[in-house]
Amino acid sequence: MRKDKELRVNEHPILGSAEERPRVKIKVDDQWMEAIEGEPVAAALMASGKMVFRYTTRLNEPRGVFCAIGRCTDCMMTVDGIPNVRTCITPVREGMVILTQRGEGRWEGISFEKG
Amino acid sequence: MTLLKDGVLTNEELEALPCVPGRERMEKGAVVVIECPQDIPCNPCEPACPKGAIVVGGPITNIPVLKEDLCDGCGLCVAPCPGQAIFVVDLNHGNDEAAVSLPYEFQPLPDKGQKVKALNRRGEAVHEGTVVKVLTPSSFDRTAVITVTVPKELAMEVRSIRL
Amino acid sequence: MKKVELAVIGAGPAGLCAAIEGAKHGLQVTLIDENIRAGGQLFKQIHKFFGSGVHRAGIRGVDIGSQLLDETEKAGVEVMLDTVVWGLFEDKVLALVHEGRSTQLSAERIILAAGATENALAFPGWTLPGVMGAGAAQTMMNMHRVMPGKKAIMVGSGNVGLIVGYQLIQAGIKLELLVEAAPEIGGYSVHASKLARNGVKIFTSTTIKEARGDERVESAVTVSVDENWNPVPGTEREHEVDMVCLAVGLSPLIELARLAGCGFKYLSELGGHVPLHDEKMETTQPGIYVAGDIAGIDEASTAMEEGRIAALAAAESLGRLGGEEADALKKSARKRMEEFWDGSFGRRVKASKESLSVKE
Ligand SMILES: Cc1cc2nc3c(=O)[nH]c(=O)nc-3n(C[C@H](O)[C@H](O)[C@H](O)COP(=O)(O)OP(=O)(O)OC[C@H]3O[C@@H](n4cnc5c(N)ncnc54)[C@H](O)[C@@H]3O)c2cc1C
Ligand code: SF4
Ligand code: SF4
Ligand code: FES
Repeated sequence: MRKDKELRVNEHPILGSAEERPRVKIKVDDQWMEAIEGEPVAAALMASGKMVFRYTTRLNEPRGVFCAIGRCTDCMMTVDGIPNVRTCITPVREGMVILTQRGEGRWEGISFEKG
Repeated sequence: MTLLKDGVLTNEELEALPCVPGRERMEKGAVVVIECPQDIPCNPCEPACPKGAIVVGGPITNIPVLKEDLCDGCGLCVAPCPGQAIFVVDLNHGNDEAAVSLPYEFQPLPDKGQKVKALNRRGEAVHEGTVVKVLTPSSFDRTAVITVTVPKELAMEVRSIRL
Repeated sequence: MKKVELAVIGAGPAGLCAAIEGAKHGLQVTLIDENIRAGGQLFKQIHKFFGSGVHRAGIRGVDIGSQLLDETEKAGVEVMLDTVVWGLFEDKVLALVHEGRSTQLSAERIILAAGATENALAFPGWTLPGVMGAGAAQTMMNMHRVMPGKKAIMVGSGNVGLIVGYQLIQAGIKLELLVEAAPEIGGYSVHASKLARNGVKIFTSTTIKEARGDERVESAVTVSVDENWNPVPGTEREHEVDMVCLAVGLSPLIELARLAGCGFKYLSELGGHVPLHDEKMETTQPGIYVAGDIAGIDEASTAMEEGRIAALAAAESLGRLGGEEADALKKSARKRMEEFWDGSFGRRVKASKESLSVKE
């Protein structure tokens, strides 16, 4: 499991010490890691040092968090099989499966019934 | 003005301010030095002083004026200033030593007696000073006021510390 | 369809104050925000605010936020969070979406307080992970308590750049330098001095030329600019950083005002296209008001007063408040606002705001 201590702001002169909050496990590109319950997926990933959230369709360029408030769509990933989820405003949930998205992404493991 | 180029007030810029005490008053002991040079909309320093030594008046964009003889250097105005522009300088702290009290909002806080780097307005370490006081009453609302000793000639230079 | 007397869109300082003031004068108010928590920008702002006692000066933005949330609850405002307003139709009908479900809400009066969005700046490498808005960095460190990097460069010396720069250091990130393309620092010098004395170099007449790195920022190249803002060849310098923060201005978030058919004016001083509005904050569409950054980029302190003025005007127009009382209250809010605009920083904002005024 990845350690994320280093990039968390545990002590802060104004915000004080971070309170202990329950952890959940999420799976990011085949690797399980811990996240803090209720935090946005993007925060959990950044705390673990992950910066590339997707690659663009045409030029295959990396993208990460740019606005952090759901406006720019740079942080979109495939979450629980659904592509193009803005991870900066999507809270983590126990067992969530998150994939670095390539291009427009695909609906993973979800079958659509015809008719 | 260099202030608007790199954020550093020069001594000439400082001395021209109505909120910086004259040499004579400084020699008498602890007094406040207010480094607030622009007409910004702000006045919490005025009600913060129990002696009425700071006057902003109206409009609140006035530059504060210090009534240097009313100030006893108590330091109560340091933490409430949102610009962290207020310091207390005591030239008579020791024989050759002065003490500078400054606002500090970083983690961790120094301990009393701890040696720290004394930084000038450019952030350069110019001395190793000793912390003689760390004040963190709740009324300061998480802005600590740290007092550090420095040689007299650095009293008007040192404005921050690094642990 | 549900009907309310006053719908306020956006629960930042402007919207919260509008909702509180409206409810205080007997209006049935619904306050809508897309976030799961109300407060807008306030909860990122962990520094003490300027102003005077009547503006809650010396209090940290985050604590002003908590005070306003309390007052909102006490005033009996209905708050709808996690709800995006995506449409505004004729007869003041709002289209909302909450948890994937669409609903409509009809309002007799509407106050648009949607705030602003951060500007980007294009340069080679600007899309690399690690390049982000200053507000994004602030959200990550102050709200989610995560460091988006370890060593940063800040681009822009307005108050946002200077304040977020300081907050980077408070969160434990090293701020290597701050660059400003203009020849002088734009924000309050006291904020710049806080950075300088803690070892941050500020370079004016300097901009960012490039962010380098494969998968994320590994370095940034800065360059001096001449008085025409052209790069001076040979002045490039590469800095090892893993984070580039852009604090190059905000633009009012005006989509809803456009949908409503409001008139606009472009004023660079206020951040771009701004809905025309009169002294009561009413737009060219009767019964639709604006307040806060959407009405021109300024400060939370003035956003709060604009919110109050808009709500007072709405209450007055619905007969909840006598003209005299309304005028007196609006006047005192305006006076508090104008105090803020008195110095050289506010004067430009004030002049621009006045040029927006729609003649009655
Ligand atoms: C770094 C920084 C430091 C600052 N420091 C100070 C300071 O010291 N003093 C000061 O007075 N001001 C300060 N300001 C400025 C101040 O934060 C803003 O001027 C103020 O927040 C504007 O308030 P607002 O209510 O207009 O917008 P916001 O606070 O941005 O709130 C708008 C809200 O509306 C929501 N919204 C937008 N569109 C929709 C929609 N369609 N549906 C639903 N919800 C929507 C947004 O998500 C947001 O929550 C600072 C700003 C920054 C960035
Ligand atoms: S140091 Fe004390 S007496 Fe002097 S101005 Fe500040 S609060 Fe007033
Ligand atoms: S409180 Fe500080 S920043 Fe504000 S006017 Fe007084 S000295 Fe200047
Ligand atoms: S970072 Fe912009 S939408 Fe998530």
